[in-house]
Amino acid sequence: MIEKFDKQNSLDFVYDFYVKMKRNKINLAYEGEITHQITKAFTSLTENNMSLENDPNSVQKKVFHVMVECLQNISKHAENRHNIVSSKDGRGIFLVSKDDNEYNITTGNIIKREKVQSLKKMLENINNLDKNGLKQLYKQQMREGRLTPKGGAGLGFIDIARKTGEKLIYSFLEIDEKNSFFVLTSTISRQK
Amino acid sequence: MQVIKIQGTDDTPAVTLDVNKSNPHLEISGRSLPEDVVAFYDPILEWLDDYAEEPLKKTIFNFKLEYFNTASSKLILDILLKLEDMYDDGKDVLARWHFPDDDEDMEEAGEEYADIVEIPFEQVSYSID
Repeated sequence: MIEKFDKQNSLDFVYDFYVKMKRNKINLAYEGEITHQITKAFTSLTENNMSLENDPNSVQKKVFHVMVECLQNISKHAENRHNIVSSKDGRGIFLVSKDDNEYNITTGNIIKREKVQSLKKMLENINNLDKNGLKQLYKQQMREGRLTPKGGAGLGFIDIARKTGEKLIYSFLEIDEKNSFFVLTSTISRQK
Repeated sequence: MQVIKIQGTDDTPAVTLDVNKSNPHLEISGRSLPEDVVAFYDPILEWLDDYAEEPLKKTIFNFKLEYFNTASSKLILDILLKLEDMYDDGKDVLARWHFPDDDEDMEEAGEEYADIVEIPFEQVSYSID
């Protein structure tokens, strides 16, 4: 059931949302189409914030890398259910949170259920590899992979795993018989 | 030869392809995350095809990138593969990979390209102050 829109509810929601963002230390939240302009705006905003915070250069570069790959994953692979006619870019939710120790970059988007198995397999495979294994996989994919019409190189997840040095954290939620919701969180340590 | 000179922006690299002067210069530098990677890199690859017909005695291609996304990494490999074709054809070719001395990831990216393509490959570090 969709709740009836009412103004008081909506005001409560805004405060509630604000409190939850603060509590979870989220400093950027977005839902919508991920266009190239959006990608540029978010990365430059985050870059500015990081340089004000004096994060080490290497951390800033890693956050930038991971943000771009995550955003491009949505824009190239997410289903765009709400606005099929007018747009070529996928849509989804994008969050950046930060505490004293780490940055977390989270994406959520709808994908077709028939794509879940192969995506799961790819992510499991990446998580089972060590540093050297990831390097080999990256080189193999670079040599053998072909650019998709949307400009995907099949390297994004491997690159995220290599840059962060952490396992990819992800989940798939079934929405209906055709679609699933894919959530991915990448963590970048703020210690050099 | 036609000269290609593209100013860099915050999402596209600067490109100089100029072999008409006494000091020829082939370089790509800056940041690469174009909205349409293929559209951006196609003219560069086409230029290299033309150039390969009648290259200079020695071809030095400089890569001086600060950042590139994974989509661009494929196209950068395509540039290197064009250089490899020339090298296999008996031409004198050198890829020079410049990286900031504090950027291990960019250094490693160069090493990986050097593993993938079989051409003379030189790593050069520089400092940014």
